[in-house]
Amino acid sequence: MHIRKLVTRGALALSFTVGAAFAAQAQSVIHMGASGEPDSLDPHFASGTWENRVIGDMFIGLLTEAADGTAIPGAATDWTISDDGLVYTFDLRDGAVWSDGEPVTANDFVFSLQRILTPETAAQYASLLYPIANAEAVNSGDADPSELGARAINDDTLEITLAQPTPFFLELLTHYTAWPVPQHVVEEHGNAWVRPENIQVNGPYILQEWIPQTHVHLARNDMFWDNDNVAIDEVYWYPTEDRSAALRRFRAGELDANTDFASEQIDFLRSEMPDSYRIAPYLGIYYYPINSTDPALADPNVRMALNLAVNREAITDQVLRTGEIPAMSFVPPIPGYEPADAPYEDMSYEDALAEAQALMEGAGYGPDDRLSLVLRYNTSENHRRIAVAIASMWQQIYVDTELFNTDVAVHYNDLEQGDFQVARAGWIADYPDAQNFLYLLEEGINFNYGRWENEEFNQLMDEAMQTIDLEARAEIMREAEAIALNDAANIPIYYYVSKNLVAPHVIGWVDNTKDIHRTRWLSLDNS
Amino acid sequence: MTDTPFGSEDKVGTQPIKGRSLWSDAWHRLLKNKAAVTAMIILGIIAILCVFGPMLTPHSIDAINWAAISQPPTLENFYIFGTDGNGRDLLTRVLMGGRVSLMIGIIATLVSLIIGVTYGAVAGFFGGRIDTLMMRFVDILYSLPFMFFVILLIVVFGRNFILIFVAVGAVEWLDMARIVRGQTLSVRRREFIEAAQASGVSNFNIIRRHVIPNTLGPVIVYMTLTVPKVILLESFLSFLGLGIQEPMTSWGVLIKEGADNMESAPWMLIFPGIFLAATLYCLNFIGDGLRDALDPKDR
Amino acid sequence: MLSYVVRRLLVAIPTLFIIITIAFFMMRVAPGGPFDGERALPPAVEANIAARYNLDRPLIVQYGLYLGNVLRGDFGPSLRARDFTVTELIAQGFPVSLQLGGIALLLAAVVGMTLGATAALKQNSAYDYGVMATAMSGIAIPNFVMAPLLTLVFGIYLSWLPVGGWRGVDSMILPIIALALPQVAYVARLTRGSMIETLRANFIRTARAKGLPEHVTIVRHALKGGLLPVVSYLGPAAAGLITGSVVIEQIFGIPGIGRYFVQGALNRDYPLVMATVIFYGALIIILNLVVDVLYGLLDPKVRYQ
Repeated sequence: MHIRKLVTRGALALSFTVGAAFAAQAQSVIHMGASGEPDSLDPHFASGTWENRVIGDMFIGLLTEAADGTAIPGAATDWTISDDGLVYTFDLRDGAVWSDGEPVTANDFVFSLQRILTPETAAQYASLLYPIANAEAVNSGDADPSELGARAINDDTLEITLAQPTPFFLELLTHYTAWPVPQHVVEEHGNAWVRPENIQVNGPYILQEWIPQTHVHLARNDMFWDNDNVAIDEVYWYPTEDRSAALRRFRAGELDANTDFASEQIDFLRSEMPDSYRIAPYLGIYYYPINSTDPALADPNVRMALNLAVNREAITDQVLRTGEIPAMSFVPPIPGYEPADAPYEDMSYEDALAEAQALMEGAGYGPDDRLSLVLRYNTSENHRRIAVAIASMWQQIYVDTELFNTDVAVHYNDLEQGDFQVARAGWIADYPDAQNFLYLLEEGINFNYGRWENEEFNQLMDEAMQTIDLEARAEIMREAEAIALNDAANIPIYYYVSKNLVAPHVIGWVDNTKDIHRTRWLSLDNS
Repeated sequence: MTDTPFGSEDKVGTQPIKGRSLWSDAWHRLLKNKAAVTAMIILGIIAILCVFGPMLTPHSIDAINWAAISQPPTLENFYIFGTDGNGRDLLTRVLMGGRVSLMIGIIATLVSLIIGVTYGAVAGFFGGRIDTLMMRFVDILYSLPFMFFVILLIVVFGRNFILIFVAVGAVEWLDMARIVRGQTLSVRRREFIEAAQASGVSNFNIIRRHVIPNTLGPVIVYMTLTVPKVILLESFLSFLGLGIQEPMTSWGVLIKEGADNMESAPWMLIFPGIFLAATLYCLNFIGDGLRDALDPKDR
Repeated sequence: MLSYVVRRLLVAIPTLFIIITIAFFMMRVAPGGPFDGERALPPAVEANIAARYNLDRPLIVQYGLYLGNVLRGDFGPSLRARDFTVTELIAQGFPVSLQLGGIALLLAAVVGMTLGATAALKQNSAYDYGVMATAMSGIAIPNFVMAPLLTLVFGIYLSWLPVGGWRGVDSMILPIIALALPQVAYVARLTRGSMIETLRANFIRTARAKGLPEHVTIVRHALKGGLLPVVSYLGPAAAGLITGSVVIEQIFGIPGIGRYFVQGALNRDYPLVMATVIFYGALIIILNLVVDVLYGLLDPKVRYQ
């Protein structure tokens, strides 16, 4: 090892950094933590919210998110929906081009949808597009990609046909699975199209460099249609997996914003940097599935007792303390949907506990005849603390809880195979619609870890899928949700909040329930 | 003791006496070492506290006090070490964690000691093809990344606590074997070994009587390094979520929790940290004392 | 000597083969798969992915395919980082780990040996106790405590050094120190122990009896003998250091390969795990060879068979 060489190289790097810092006076550069290393920058291979953040600065779907997260026209400026809710016709933006100047055409969209659904692509998230006619058949290899319900009427007009009415379809189009990839580039380079030397984008920023585990460097795409309104010139995304370390980098000024911070830090943030963190409601639920096939847990009364004995306020207000909302239903509050009420919604905890004890006694348990449960959770500080708290709450209703922690792969593998009694799980909405939560309880869905089955619930959900009138549809789903809550299908615990570190000099950050903050809406106040 | 074909009356008769005197001599020398004696006393106190303390504290290891979450140390309710982020008494948890940490350290180190010393001494003594073969086997095990080995064992065997010891001890012996072999290589060409061989002492007895005692110095030093290493390793495993299951705990786990809260709740780091550091320091001084005391060449 | 080295390297080939075999099957015995995560995959998607990576073939066929690929130098794609092959991941991360670990190792060896040797010469003095007690703090404080402490003090309170990243000398200082500290302690302890042992050995007594000046005795004889166990230790320690530390990398945001050892196994990223195992194995074999050659140079009583 040549020390001298190393030092010289280091010194060079140092002077380079300093040089870059001076240049930054003219350029507006933002440094942001994405909370995870992207698995891929190809939107068809993405699967996490951190990838969404990075890739979403480069690609724009037919619809896209405004600063406040609402769906607004993106690559399409206009659309019409047929009366039966099945055929969507999109008018693409005039003059929109890829970063190499090639026009973005309807064919690019058709190509992209076919690509992600082709079995050989092996895209993890392809199933999100199953509402499109024939999508599932194509993805399973039962139909040719050309049979997919998407066609280009001409270069500027795209028609998508659905399998059944899907009220959330427009929202779905903001999701990365529906983003376009440049057909001419993908066909030339194959899966290597996404490398910095090949990539072309239709969004505000284009990839410059990606050093795994270090950063993804993006720079302004001059060909972007709204380029004049984009303030920030360069974006660095960092894979900040360690939240404590990310907070230290944020405090040292190395990051302008970071997704997520550890709950333990909230007191410090409140007192030391109250203008630098954001907490906002988030469309997601933290819950415990209960294995309904377990002999002891098949009894709805036992499941209800477990639900009643969970003191949700204690968990949100004393364990987490970062503004999470106690979950009294399975669906978080969503515009256009009023969640059903759980039977314990208005009970005081004392009453709920008494009721839970009575139910357990009715089921044959008592101080000398206790129920033994294994509660599983995947490794995380918050999961651990919540599990510890809930185990102690259940102790009061004659339940001895053994805590069992495993890594995430084993955890979810066992959950899918039904190898658990009670376990921790979470769900973040793909699109803001109650159906995206409630279908987790439908029979035959593999996210239905607890194998809870209810004929009436399934029928109502089918009915809701066929209903075009949004209010009637919401009412049907509400009815279904009430059934699940009364049968204690699982244990809702709290609704997630999004937590962000945002430096005061970052302008244009709007808290929203999707926790999506595209860089094109941000600017830096360097004064 | 089984008599070997070459074993003479004379040897069988004198060896046990010599052995006793070696160890009792060593013991006397150790007692003269003030640092080592102090360390033994402190370590003894820590061990006694950990074994009996949890029976005396007013709180159980998993009792949650909702009114005292992340409570700084106070005399009220006898939370003299404060409470953790779940409102559990940190004193009880630190002492219980000590049981686990000490147990892991001792058991894993003993496993590695027994396997490693035997293996290394045999390989180094016989040399030649046996040595090459044995050390190639060690090379192979060595060449598997440690984390890979431990993570997979734990993932496969799940929550069986004993297996963590086995896994750790089963990996740590490799270092021990290499060190003992290295020592043996230089010992075996010494005059007294050649003399013993010439007078027909069996290989087994040469290894036991002459080779192993002559490797003990570095081995004991290494042992006092292994115990803390194992204790820290356990915490690293817990850091990855592969360690002790709640509500049991260990010093490593507590320190990891404390490190995450080091600015907002320093007591969560300081108390388990002091116990761990004190234990490690004591082991260090005891190791030094033992080495001085056991050194056969000093007589 | 040369033929010894060549022979050892030839022997390494079957060793690596055994390592690959053990690791391959151990990895597949572990429950959970590469695509088990927060979100379960629909059966059709899961089947597509399994087919794409040959995970639907019988295990023995997969093993054969893998061996064939490795012989051609193809270590496969990462199942997680889909834009990179595992070769690219390791090729990008290793120079960083080598820099970080190499400097830390050098620092640990120089500082540790100096402290250990001087302490041995003044055995049981205040200097001895002071040095060893200070060195011990490197072991007594776990690195996931030491690293954040260092960043808090030097990065945030004092603002002297960056708290993360890997862009220039200033950002390297804290991680190198954090990584080297425990090793300093280990090396100092070992050096001291074996130096004391050596100083009492017969050949040192002889040297002293012959009236050699004390510093000659120490440098020419005692130091050489005293370093044997340290050399033994440094070989594998070097492999550990230059293949990265997941804790240090995570806390300082350093793009080394350390995390691949842990994340690869936890994510069941089979090709990545296999590549790290092979890489680590090859490195260990080479370092062990270096140690054995050094042994021969330091101790004439050891002969190469």
